Amino acid sequence: MLALTIARLQLQELLRRRLFLVLLLLTVVVITLTTWGFSRIPSLGDSRGRPMTAVEIAAIASQFLILVMFMFSFVLAFSAVFAASPAISAEVESGITLAMLARPITRLEYVVGKWLGLIATVLIYAIPAATVQMVLVQIVVGYSAPHPIEFLAFVIGEAIVLVTLSLLLSTRFAGMVGGVSGLILWGLAWMGGIVGGIGLVFENATLTHVGTASKLILPTDGLWRGAVWSLEPASLIAASRAAGAAAAANPFFAADPPPSAYVAWCVIWITGMLGLAVWSFMRKEL
Amino acid sequence: MIDAPAIRTQELTKRYGSINALAGLTMTIPRGDIFGFLGPNGAGKTTAVKLLLGLTPPTSGHAEVLGAPIGDRDALRRVGYLPELFRYQSWLTAREVLALHCELAGIDRAAWQREIEDALAVVGLSDRGSGRIGTFSKGMQQRLGLGVALLGAPDLVVLDEPTSALDPVGRHDVREIIRALGERGTTVFLNSHLLSEVEQVCHRVAIVDHGRVVAQGTLDELLGGDTVRIRATGLDRAAKMSLARGGRLDDEGDWLVIRGIDGERVPEIVAEIVRLGGQVYAVEPRHESLEDRFLRLLGQPN
Repeated sequence: MLALTIARLQLQELLRRRLFLVLLLLTVVVITLTTWGFSRIPSLGDSRGRPMTAVEIAAIASQFLILVMFMFSFVLAFSAVFAASPAISAEVESGITLAMLARPITRLEYVVGKWLGLIATVLIYAIPAATVQMVLVQIVVGYSAPHPIEFLAFVIGEAIVLVTLSLLLSTRFAGMVGGVSGLILWGLAWMGGIVGGIGLVFENATLTHVGTASKLILPTDGLWRGAVWSLEPASLIAASRAAGAAAAANPFFAADPPPSAYVAWCVIWITGMLGLAVWSFMRKEL
Repeated sequence: MIDAPAIRTQELTKRYGSINALAGLTMTIPRGDIFGFLGPNGAGKTTAVKLLLGLTPPTSGHAEVLGAPIGDRDALRRVGYLPELFRYQSWLTAREVLALHCELAGIDRAAWQREIEDALAVVGLSDRGSGRIGTFSKGMQQRLGLGVALLGAPDLVVLDEPTSALDPVGRHDVREIIRALGERGTTVFLNSHLLSEVEQVCHRVAIVDHGRVVAQGTLDELLGGDTVRIRATGLDRAAKMSLARGGRLDDEGDWLVIRGIDGERVPEIVAEIVRLGGQVYAVEPRHESLEDRFLRLLGQPN
């Protein structure tokens, strides 16, 4: 299967480029700094003269962890978009595709191979980075995220959505155009989620529909909410539930995981976009 | 389909919007031929190559490569291709590029090592096999591209301007490689605007202009012998026409241009003019080069 050859090549390219090394080094720096920050949480009670309770530590640690992981998902989204946006367009521009596609390889194999290689890169970066961060938090403050596997699945799912979208754009647009478009759409979807939350708070049907539509059109924010939910302790969810609908607009809070129908939609979305990317590239004049 | 021609096209056309990149290409290239595909920039040469390799679909028409419809996977396995404008993956080494193409071409893994070393040796890059492509000059990339096109001893090698980035030594090397391919029975499709190069290595040529073949045939057919220009007076029309015998005559008043004759016949023609009562003032025999023919076909002043 030549798709695997292309996937291996794509993975090799990303690992050999300096970008990956820089990303890795910065991640180590960030994890070190945030771990130090987490280790200071129990001492926050010193100033008021009585130690923090376990519930308080869990509440603060989970909120801090959500913020850190939001940054992590942001970096992951950025990297996914910038790795995938030139993946095809740059090879078309440089003529690499002329040399490669004159070989007995189909365009389906080429696009799927690119996609698999990008996904492999996301997994190689995201799984160890997020796992190390969560394990260190558990060691230094004793807070363990309630659903770590689900967290990885949601945050990686978000990156896969962006990789697929960027790859589709890459079949037609230059890397820079695809990259900027991908990030703007990602930002819009994030804000769409907040708008939908505001709609819930004020019981405004239009705003709620905007939120729902944006979650369906680009399912990054929907998956991010799933990632948030997997990091929250039960005590925090109970307290926020008591606060009523007001919490819904908070992009760093989710009372429930995304329903399985929504997860199924994300799978359909990714498959559909990948199919569209193959279709688009098959019609591309080289 | 071992007896099928290497390439056969029938009224192959390609339009990009309102631009007619290729307007009805019909040609047949027999197996083992070294075929020169000539034309000025923008004549449609690269478009034709891309159509033949299935890189872009034709607007209309039909073509077969090695007896199979264009884009056929089995046929592509037996084709080597050096694109015109290209760059290999800058982060790979030369050996890795060759290995990648061995894999893509479906060459048996056991043969890779030998294929790679042979290709590097043929194009003179044996000592740079472990160098990153990013550090290669344009000429070295072109040499490597030629090596890639030779992997797996293909039946058809398509070279699109293979010497555009090469120095005179490199050009000479490429000509030798093409000749060696010819001796091995490999069909070579050489896309070029370097006429001297084509003249030196090709058996047959087609000249394209504005997406159309304006002439094709063997070099002998195309150049059709020598040309002589004679300044003579005192000949009537009938006398002039009788001089052509076997060649083509252009009557330019005092100057007669006779093309396509054997150069040995020039004294005989001069004697004939004198016998017919003409006065001869000047005789300029010359061999028509491919360049003369090319410029004449494209309607350029020589």
